[in-house]
Amino acid sequence: MSNIIIQNGQLIDPANKIDQIADILVSDGKITAIEKANSIKVDGNTQIIDATGLTIAPGLIDCCARLREPGLEHKATINSETIAATKAGITTLCCPPDTDPVIDEPAVVEFINRKTAISGHSKIVTLGALTAGLRGEHLSEMFALKQAGCVGLSNCRQPIENTQILKRALAYAATYDIRVFIEPDDHWLSADGCAHDGKIATRLGLKSIPVSAETTAIARALQLVAETGAKVHFGRLSSAQSVEMIARAKNEQLPITVDVSAHQLHLTEQDISSFNSACHVIPPLRTQRDQEALQAGVVNGTIDVICSDHQPHDIDAKQAPFASTEAGISALETFLPLCLRLTQQTSLSLSDVLSKITQAPASILNLDTGTLSIGKTADICIFDAEEDWQLTSDTIHSHSKNTPFLGWNLQGKVKHTLVDGKLIYSQ
Amino acid sequence: MVNKATKPTDTLIGHDAWNIQLDKNGQLKHFLTTEGLGSNILTQILDTAESFAGVNEKSVKKVPLLRGKTIVNLFFEASTRTRTTFELAAKRLSADVLNINISTSSTSKGETLLDTLQNIQAMHCDMFVVRHSDSGAAHYIANNVAPNISVINAGDGSHAHPTQAMLDMFTIRRNKGPNFGNLRVAIVGDILHSRVARSQIHALNTLNTGDVRVIAPKTLLPVDIEDMGVNVFHDLEAGIKDADVVIMLRLQKERMQGALLPSEQEYFQLYGLTEERLRVAKSDAIVMHPGPINRGVEIASDVADGPRSVILDQVSNGIAVRMAVMTMTLGRDASASEDHGNSK
Repeated sequence: MSNIIIQNGQLIDPANKIDQIADILVSDGKITAIEKANSIKVDGNTQIIDATGLTIAPGLIDCCARLREPGLEHKATINSETIAATKAGITTLCCPPDTDPVIDEPAVVEFINRKTAISGHSKIVTLGALTAGLRGEHLSEMFALKQAGCVGLSNCRQPIENTQILKRALAYAATYDIRVFIEPDDHWLSADGCAHDGKIATRLGLKSIPVSAETTAIARALQLVAETGAKVHFGRLSSAQSVEMIARAKNEQLPITVDVSAHQLHLTEQDISSFNSACHVIPPLRTQRDQEALQAGVVNGTIDVICSDHQPHDIDAKQAPFASTEAGISALETFLPLCLRLTQQTSLSLSDVLSKITQAPASILNLDTGTLSIGKTADICIFDAEEDWQLTSDTIHSHSKNTPFLGWNLQGKVKHTLVDGKLIYSQ
Repeated sequence: MVNKATKPTDTLIGHDAWNIQLDKNGQLKHFLTTEGLGSNILTQILDTAESFAGVNEKSVKKVPLLRGKTIVNLFFEASTRTRTTFELAAKRLSADVLNINISTSSTSKGETLLDTLQNIQAMHCDMFVVRHSDSGAAHYIANNVAPNISVINAGDGSHAHPTQAMLDMFTIRRNKGPNFGNLRVAIVGDILHSRVARSQIHALNTLNTGDVRVIAPKTLLPVDIEDMGVNVFHDLEAGIKDADVVIMLRLQKERMQGALLPSEQEYFQLYGLTEERLRVAKSDAIVMHPGPINRGVEIASDVADGPRSVILDQVSNGIAVRMAVMTMTLGRDASASEDHGNSK
């Protein structure tokens, strides 16, 4: 296998606290050398990537992306979304189990792995179902799912009404050191709501989802974490109160981690005020105060990870009155730019932001990537942190274009992406 | 380098949902909500309606203002009164009327709302009068119809029912005079689910009503309703004290199932309007109801049929108000509405 050298870029590796101009040598899929710029000897077999003026970072890791396959291939496929992911600098995507069929048995994991390998772009890791069929009634075969490669378990937003079942699921998962990913939601409180329970939903007459739908679910889970010792990751926080509860629980040393979706850091309930269905997301966009608390949580470390919460949809899914549209944003292409935007809006450095989308998710998902250390798998994202570009439907490579950020001027453009040491994408 | 990732300053076409109601000359093109329209437009609707009220009382109740126009009543949700008054209004303006009732099940058979619209649009019509169970449906339709078609919202989910609100304003103005500044208006009942209440609140505030009140238990009030410019009461008698206008809302039977209320009996005991309770309102207070009424649930029969009730006037006024909105939106180029409004 030939070598690749990435020369003269600003290498940022949050895990090793490196932020300097350097060269990286990649051989046989691994990072084999990191030296001062222009100090690595190059032979004729080595492919050279000139990264002058560019940032070299670990490949991005997105801890929540729906790929729609198996089950909803008219919205997107593993092939279409992993291609889009490489163009967005994302080298690993974590796929929740609410596919059809549900990822509750090893065969589905194998199917996804095979499709991913055939496509040959970004990598996919899977979460298995916490309960069989996500029905919230019987435990899934957790150990078998772990053996099949699932990096964790989740019931997505499907309810587990019986608290005893949730407690036993957490206890059983804890026995085998499997992390459980919870999207906190009391479905009786969220019901068929589609907007934050606040003045915009009141004005528009939309069925609403109160903050308590999220906080009561977090409170219930936290009590069970304390009793079972299960490692729990809370996904897609949306409210200031949730950030406060998580901060307190972390103070008490509970084994929990959390993420927030990138769009929650940049949009609020105001964005739905003209019935803009592109902003129909679950959990809903809440108030400016919530948005600020979420940003503050990212800054102070209460929130460990930022994810894209990518949810591609076909055109028809968003062509209806607001409440009848499907929730979710096609979010791969905007993932890096929206995260970089935090360096302008908050005190976070570029390295701080990158850590939330590389090192931190790698640690939670138990991945061997997310850093540029010598000997590690060469998943690398090379981007121009300064380049401005406008998001249009032509610049979206995902199969689906459902995003409220169309027309936005974004900053930060991916130039090259390496997956397992192979140059998969060059602009 | 400040805030490089920015929202576009020019919003995408059709995304400013409140301004899509007006054409480039500031005249009413669609009537989707009472929100965001100036008092000049609302007053123009009331004045125009006043001129049509005369037409409705003549023996030949027809004027040729919209001859040759085709109006489609597109009802995705059942309605008797509203659809009938829209139909009468259109016919009295000499328009051709087509009634299309689309049960929600037919759209779930595979035809999307957009498909339905495009099919009807292909029949070359001039106006859609739309009722739909989803909040925002009228805006969605207005954003997706051909540019020459006007859309009137005949009720969308819990969001808006602007012609009902305007016929209520018309009824109030006829009874209380044009100055709303001295009026206390109390709206009683299921504010949470009521598109009528939301549209009334916007209209009353735009017309500078002195005191707009809503009265309901907390389970029937949406959060932050105060932000819409109302004073909130939970006690009926405190809320309607010295009121000039008392508007009772219909209580849907389904509300018992969602644990919003314990029973109709308890609701009537707490919020039902009786002659005795009405005594705390002003002696000349009027009682309104958008209908259909539930006797003995939100209103006692003796009040509904009593001297202060203007419930049936509301229905008649609905025709004049709908005629006004139709001529204002469809007659813009011929400036028919202006001439007519001045001829009263």
